[in-house]
Amino acid sequence: MKKLMIGNAAIARGAYEAGATVAAAYPGTPSTEIVSGFSKYDGVYAEWSPNEKVAMEVAAGASIGGARTLVAMKHVGVNVAADPLFTFAYTGVNGGLVIVSGDDPGMHSSQNEQDNRGYGRFAKLPVLEPADSQEALDFTRMAFDISEEYDSPVMLRVTTRLAHSQTLVEEGARKDVALKDYTKNAAKYVMLPGHARMRHIEVEKRMLGLQEFAETSSLNRIEWGSKQLGIIASGVAYQYVKEVLPEVSVLKLGITNPLPKQLISSFAEQVDRLVIVEELEPVIEEQVKSWGIKVEGKEIFTLLGEYSPEMIEEKLGGIKPAPGYGLDKEIPARPPLMCPGCPHRGVFHTLNKMKLVVMGDIGCYTLGALSPLEGMDACICMGASIGSALGMEKARGEEFASKTVAVIGDSTFVHSGITALIDVIYNKGTSTVIILDNDTTAMTGHQEHPATGMNIRQQPTNKLDIEGLIRAIGIKNIRIVDPLKLDQLEAALKEELDRREPSVIITKRPCVLLNRTPYAGKYYVDEELCKGCKRCLKVGCAGIYFIEEDKRAVIHSSCAACGLCPQICTFDAIKKVEG
Amino acid sequence: MQSQTTNILIVGVGGQGTLLTSRIIAQVAVQMGYDVKVSEVHGMAQRGGSVVTQVRYGKKIYSPIIKKGDTDVLLAFEKIESARWLDYLKPDGMVIINNERVNPLPVMSGKAKYPEDIHEKVSGLIKNTVVAEATNIAEHCGNIKAANVVLVGMLSQAIGLPNDEVEKAIRAIVPAKALDVNLAAFREGCKLVTGVE
Repeated sequence: MKKLMIGNAAIARGAYEAGATVAAAYPGTPSTEIVSGFSKYDGVYAEWSPNEKVAMEVAAGASIGGARTLVAMKHVGVNVAADPLFTFAYTGVNGGLVIVSGDDPGMHSSQNEQDNRGYGRFAKLPVLEPADSQEALDFTRMAFDISEEYDSPVMLRVTTRLAHSQTLVEEGARKDVALKDYTKNAAKYVMLPGHARMRHIEVEKRMLGLQEFAETSSLNRIEWGSKQLGIIASGVAYQYVKEVLPEVSVLKLGITNPLPKQLISSFAEQVDRLVIVEELEPVIEEQVKSWGIKVEGKEIFTLLGEYSPEMIEEKLGGIKPAPGYGLDKEIPARPPLMCPGCPHRGVFHTLNKMKLVVMGDIGCYTLGALSPLEGMDACICMGASIGSALGMEKARGEEFASKTVAVIGDSTFVHSGITALIDVIYNKGTSTVIILDNDTTAMTGHQEHPATGMNIRQQPTNKLDIEGLIRAIGIKNIRIVDPLKLDQLEAALKEELDRREPSVIITKRPCVLLNRTPYAGKYYVDEELCKGCKRCLKVGCAGIYFIEEDKRAVIHSSCAACGLCPQICTFDAIKKVEG
Repeated sequence: MQSQTTNILIVGVGGQGTLLTSRIIAQVAVQMGYDVKVSEVHGMAQRGGSVVTQVRYGKKIYSPIIKKGDTDVLLAFEKIESARWLDYLKPDGMVIINNERVNPLPVMSGKAKYPEDIHEKVSGLIKNTVVAEATNIAEHCGNIKAANVVLVGMLSQAIGLPNDEVEKAIRAIVPAKALDVNLAAFREGCKLVTGVE
């Protein structure tokens, strides 16, 4: 019987059915469930790698070693993995290798919306784009065959809407694929200039072969309808087109690199008007235009965000959307926020109170930038906090550094904060770094990492000692502080900022959602003592709110009893229920 | 099998348990042999932000998301969230609102006021609006966590899903020890809505 699966689960299933035995990833929305899903199958190896570059290298090694291998990451993760990826594109594979790029049009949970189909042309890789979960499974299976046949890593590009939509899937049987023989082949795998020049020739040959393959592959197909309008679409944009324009002709591309030039030319000739519907960058459009074919694309459709059925209906069907009710404009926005009991809240409250310059990083704690905490000045990418704090110091001097901190989570520190901390020591910075250690990769859904002591299958493993590592790097001033003890945290920060030496403050407390350390007791607001000053609201917690009519604060049922707001109340009005 | 498509928009606040409701409804549609697509939100938005899950079923479904103005039933787990997504409703669509207030960040920090009368405004605009005290009903049934299954009952009545199919799906999805409470919650929810054609 068919069953509902998110795109990511279908990719994991496809890799399993294709006989893959190794998978590696660093968690990142919208790609996380791919390798975590794969790890649930028997007889396979899967890992959380410290970062995407390592995941890509583990995957390259497994492929060279003869195994069919899956590696998955979010779009910006491919930037981290780009170095090994570009050269692995030269060496080619032994066992088939599929790299999944989870792009995030609309930035549901990302810092940019780069279109990773661009990597296909840049790194010279075939790129496949499924349009639902069944295709995600089927394309993944096929991608392994393509990888081995054309001696190339294959990129499977999905978007958030595909990765996290459930559609019906028919599962198949697992194919038993024997490990390929490994024989030493330095000319293929040692990328010295002399070898790489020879491999580049192979890469260009392979791309020509893949282009021919794309011309006839069942992954690209024409669905004929009225010839007045022909649309070229791939991925979920294809579904939107079919939804609102069932009568038009559609060339559905499953392979978006290299493009089937003849197929597209012939389609263009047979329709009166040709339009390309692709989210984000005009990747297909620019190539088609370069062939001298008259086509419309980004003149009609935006470069920004996700598309929708109503957008396509309006632009191509000429149907104006209904005016709507406009009630959405009357209600306050609801941005995401830290959970009640979140240990990060105490840190950002303190950073804001001390008016420090905060170089931030990627994780739940990036929400510390929002009102009312507003405790962050910059956040660029994974691991950027420490290097950018050092850069601030070098630009503006030590005095400025004594008011600047870098803030980074434990998983992010392991991902790409370590090398920047080495730079601080090497180039004699005086940075104060806060590592928010909540013992997990929280934002992506609580994945393990090297410092949690557990592997992807929740089995105990060697635990990275962050404190020992920092000491070995050369940091002499290391403090461990409970982020919910505000006095201690502030005192530690003052002392370390004043010191003209680098220091690391590790704030240790597990993520409240992990439930490893539930807080004890319950709190209430003493009506007699509450003066209605709203100071407690500065923590931005759903666990406490204000009743305007009564001019007093009240504890909400979602309060986790972390004890943070009582430390902020000037009148000691927030009290613990006795007994 | 009906030829037209049914579109359900389930909205709420990250952490309210909207996903269980969409799982049950989608499971019923699978049992009944429909094509089904469900679109959900993961990642940062789940941290107390505004969340939406879309369930579509029918003979053949292309888009995983509902076109604006094409929703048959808008189910809001929280009062003001109903207003945020109202533009997605069909002119003759139905709105189910759980009378629950969860303050968004601008309200918590005192920068905005919570519009207390929002469900009345929605009722004024949409004739077919039902406001329910799902949390209280769930508490009577034995566990406030079953509020989302009270809403399943209301929703399944609204779109005309057979009760035995829904109960079968609940049995398949809800853990055994919570089954009695959830079945009671479902039946109570069914009583709150008269089916629409």
